[in-house]
Amino acid sequence: MGYEIVLAASAIGAGLAVLAGMFTAVGQGFAAGKAVEGIARQPEARGSLMSTMLIGCAVAETSGIYGLVIALILLFANPFI
Amino acid sequence: MADELNISFYGYLFGLENLWFTETLRNIWIISGFMILVAVLVRINMSKWNPDKPTGVQNAVETVIEIFHNYVKSLMGDKYAFFGNWFFTVFFLILFSNLAGFVFLRNPTADITFTFAFSLSTFAIIHFSGMIIGGASYWKGFISPHPVMLPLNLIGDIAPAISLAFRLFGNVVGGFIIVTLLYNMAPVVIRLFIPVVIHGYFDLFSGALQAFIFLTLSMVFIRSKLPD
Repeated sequence: MGYEIVLAASAIGAGLAVLAGMFTAVGQGFAAGKAVEGIARQPEARGSLMSTMLIGCAVAETSGIYGLVIALILLFANPFI
Repeated sequence: MADELNISFYGYLFGLENLWFTETLRNIWIISGFMILVAVLVRINMSKWNPDKPTGVQNAVETVIEIFHNYVKSLMGDKYAFFGNWFFTVFFLILFSNLAGFVFLRNPTADITFTFAFSLSTFAIIHFSGMIIGGASYWKGFISPHPVMLPLNLIGDIAPAISLAFRLFGNVVGGFIIVTLLYNMAPVVIRLFIPVVIHGYFDLFSGALQAFIFLTLSMVFIRSKLPD
């Protein structure tokens, strides 16, 4: 019985951990929107704005990726069973 | 389920209890062999090159190296452009590792040991180059702006190594799992068309972007510890 409870709780926990991606998406969308504003105002700065935005998005993505890694650990390398 | 679908953190092939020969190792050897082969072929071809009249292979190779060199110079400055020699190799190894999904190899970057190897080598470069080139200013960086900040600065120095490794690993393993699930679970009709889109996004776009971001962030971290 205990084993099944741990399995079910791990699956629910994995699902909850992936929710970390929610606000990552909000942040990335905000960064992309601001980049579009910048490009619209100053089209010649497109290249440097683009690479700065991609780097910023990648850094913002880190917290979402942590949630994904925790979910994957719970699913495939569960330390509790 | 993990055995049946072969989604696991380590693509276990064979080995002893604690000493595994994994799919990651085999695929890194294949990719390194490919890269060495390309390098040797370019070197053989180089004997015919003419500096005044570039043609064919020479054009391509010179373009790639020039773009890369200019990018490194724009981030590190002329003085520290020599770091590009190391990052050229690392960038292309990570790039080909991310693209390995196209030829149905398990991405070596979908293994946390591989990404940690590279993030720890970046960590070592950050601190050894800071110590050797920076000297006193490197040590002073730990207690700036005030000695109270020392624990925070230490955490801030360890964090890049972990976040670099997890970012690359998480992105690639997420794509890898989605592609594997698709091949194993989707009906045959869907398997004919959808994988093109999925491979294009996860392997080509995301893979190239992550390799580029690993390169950029590593160089930014290294540059931040060096004096002007």
